[in-house]
Amino acid sequence: MSFPWAKQYTPSHPFMQWMDEKLPIPRLVYNAVGGGYEVPRNLNYFWNFGFLAGLCLVLQIVTGVIMAMHYAANTAVAFDTIEQTMRDVNWGWLMRYAHANGASAFFVVIYIHIFRGFFYGSYKAPREMVWLLGVVIFLLMMATAFMGYVLPWGQMSFWGAKVITGLFSAIPFIGEPLQQWLLGGFAPDNAALNRFFSLHFLLPFVILGVVILHIWALHIPGSSNPTGVEVKSESDTVPFYPYYVAKDGWAIGAFAILFCAAVFFFPNYLGHPDNYIPANPMSTPAHIVPEWYFWPFYAILRAFTQDFLFIPAKLMGVLAMFGAIIVWFFLPWLDKSPVRSGAYRPLYRKFFWILVLDMLVLFKCGGAPAAEPYVMISQLAALYYFAHFLIIIPIVSAIEKPDPLPFSITEAVLGADEEAKLAPAAAPEA
Amino acid sequence: MAEADGVRRRDFINIAAVSAAGVAGVGVVVPLVSQMSASADVLAASSTEVDISSIQPGQAIKAIFRKQPVFVRNLTPHEIEEANKVDVSSLRDPQTLEERTKEGKENWLITMGVCTHLGCVPLGAGEGEPRGEFGGYFCPCHGSSYDTAARIRKGPAPKNLEVPAYEFSTDTVVKIG
Amino acid sequence: MARILSILVGLFFTVALAWSFGVGFYTWATEPPAPTAEHEFHIKPEEFHFASDGPFGKFDRQQLQRGFQVYKEVCSVCHALRHVAFRDLAALGYNEAEVKAIAKGFQVPVYNPATGEVATREGAATDYFPPVVYGGQGSPPDLSLIAKAREEGPQYVRSLLNGYRDQPAELLKQFPDSKTPDGLHYNPYFANLNLAMPPPLTADGQVTYSDGTKATKEQMATDVAAFLIWTAEPKLEKRKQTGWAVLGFLLFATVLGYMSYRNIWAGKKH
Repeated sequence: MSFPWAKQYTPSHPFMQWMDEKLPIPRLVYNAVGGGYEVPRNLNYFWNFGFLAGLCLVLQIVTGVIMAMHYAANTAVAFDTIEQTMRDVNWGWLMRYAHANGASAFFVVIYIHIFRGFFYGSYKAPREMVWLLGVVIFLLMMATAFMGYVLPWGQMSFWGAKVITGLFSAIPFIGEPLQQWLLGGFAPDNAALNRFFSLHFLLPFVILGVVILHIWALHIPGSSNPTGVEVKSESDTVPFYPYYVAKDGWAIGAFAILFCAAVFFFPNYLGHPDNYIPANPMSTPAHIVPEWYFWPFYAILRAFTQDFLFIPAKLMGVLAMFGAIIVWFFLPWLDKSPVRSGAYRPLYRKFFWILVLDMLVLFKCGGAPAAEPYVMISQLAALYYFAHFLIIIPIVSAIEKPDPLPFSITEAVLGADEEAKLAPAAAPEA
Repeated sequence: MAEADGVRRRDFINIAAVSAAGVAGVGVVVPLVSQMSASADVLAASSTEVDISSIQPGQAIKAIFRKQPVFVRNLTPHEIEEANKVDVSSLRDPQTLEERTKEGKENWLITMGVCTHLGCVPLGAGEGEPRGEFGGYFCPCHGSSYDTAARIRKGPAPKNLEVPAYEFSTDTVVKIG
Repeated sequence: MARILSILVGLFFTVALAWSFGVGFYTWATEPPAPTAEHEFHIKPEEFHFASDGPFGKFDRQQLQRGFQVYKEVCSVCHALRHVAFRDLAALGYNEAEVKAIAKGFQVPVYNPATGEVATREGAATDYFPPVVYGGQGSPPDLSLIAKAREEGPQYVRSLLNGYRDQPAELLKQFPDSKTPDGLHYNPYFANLNLAMPPPLTADGQVTYSDGTKATKEQMATDVAAFLIWTAEPKLEKRKQTGWAVLGFLLFATVLGYMSYRNIWAGKKH
């Protein structure tokens, strides 16, 4: 939303005036990430991760387009073209490592961004649409990352493709034809590799489109903030430029340091050694694990070991894995608490931290071999996961007594006395 | 005065920060651009050895050099004579046959099989292919005719067929590139 | 209404999980999983610091050449190196003539499309290490990427090469069915303990190093492991050097960015 006190775009140069009449892109930028976008002054560093996520998307698209210049989606040569890129192409090793670790960085940033949303209630009205689009982006990211991991055609690529498409065979009646349709064959081969490549190239641009919608939807109510109290007056906000440009700018630097340290010094730390072995359809690796960012959901998938009622365990696992993310779509309507921010919700806050811990446990179990005690632990952790979203959140939001909220962002930042001084300015607005 | 200095110092830091970001941007572009230039395996394969022992006088072969055809032709004495008869100053791209071959090996005419007009492959190296009205090579794309020293004589091509760098490793093996 | 529905769905998943957990726990408590020989006797690779390890690591060219010699004289009988071209060996410190000479020592296959036959010719610098036809038991893996394709790859290679020993009596006492099958060889560093590869390094001095280094079994294993780090990641040195330049600049730029941020927000409480 453009608050009444937001600065207006007033081009002074004749060319910019002409541009503003014909194609007002500078105005759009000014109002989106420039001086015309008023943002709460009290955002903490967790609010930098949205911007960083956008940066990761750009990084992945740029390095990805370059990888595609040197890659061939053919099972006979796919593995070799990647190796050739690493060895012979100028800076090819950098492009490859930046792209592979870029995917990990993207997920690190996105998980922090999502959990920021959980804690501060960013999904609540009036920002439900922002949240829904965000979950769509996350699903698209997972699909893109999964297909990208198949492309090098290493052992984990192949068996990952086989196992994940195998999930669809759990669906009653249409499962097996569906899996065959997805793969274009009975097992992953050229047809699958080629379509995965095609979609892996396409989906990031779809993500980019949804990201634009996500930002658009965000700009209607404006950014949320750590108090969860809506913006009331001019003293609550600062213009995005220069304030948050400077803050995001130095955050990019900090992010780049960590990212480059990984790319240049530990480029294979997050990868799996087996993916440096060319795909072999005749021999399965000792334990198949997906990339680390899927581990929590992989743990949920594997947690269902027993048929339940009339539903086979395999189908339950698939339902639960997808359900674990689908449930996020309903979050704005499951959490009825009028208070947005976890900072003022003592009971919710405790469960939030249990959820964080729970996710870490699921993470650990998903990366571990499917053996005891990991399976039992993951069953308890998955149990909490579903209980958290579907049972605890609705109940907590009904029974909790929230802490008193500050009157405004300004009061939260400056204290009540200063707010009193500024109050007259706010009065007409109220 | 102190106030003004403070302001100037602050501006300086902001400018320095933005400049550093600019330098970083340029630094990122360097690998993004240079990744497109020829890779190490392509550069490594940039010389070719050709066995010429089986080429009879009057015959020619096409070899591959840097992914492009190269013509290796064993000229007959008659062809050499014909090439030497031409008044060099009358040519579009004046060169003698001597300048286009190695000393003592004037019968070995080694040229790129790439028309200097727009890069088609001229005819005349393969058996039975037309050699054009000057007995050398003939480019079917736009009708450029080359003589027995592969010099441009007629048609739109501006230059003689290019002679790549080469040397005779032995009497029967030529190393091109 | 939405709340009741949500709680019902929640109960569906949690009860299903509780059921799975209950059955799993009962099975685990009544029939605890039997220990396996692999679980009890497998050993993690011995720790070892290679010259190329760590953020400042650099290849020791002499060692790489020695490692290459071990590969060539011992490993290359069974193991290929398909991602490495002879020209790449220049990075080990060989000059052009030496690279050519090494290439000539290998026969590379050439397919003749006219006859459909595969003949061989002497290798050239631009050729890759040729495939190795292996007739025996097992399937020797290509070694180009082995240092990256195993957990702690270089340490693993080094430990494995000299890790052969007789099967411990204790193992057989505990797991009488786990006797190493004929034709396999006991090696506790190998994941399932029994390896098709016979001990490749059999005696000190198996190769003769031209630089005078004494070719003990341990030295040869270390050298060839170092060489395989290089084959797996020939750009390792460049990567680390670039990394330091990039990090140094980023640190400088980020500090500037932070100061600029502090500047802009000066006087603005938040």
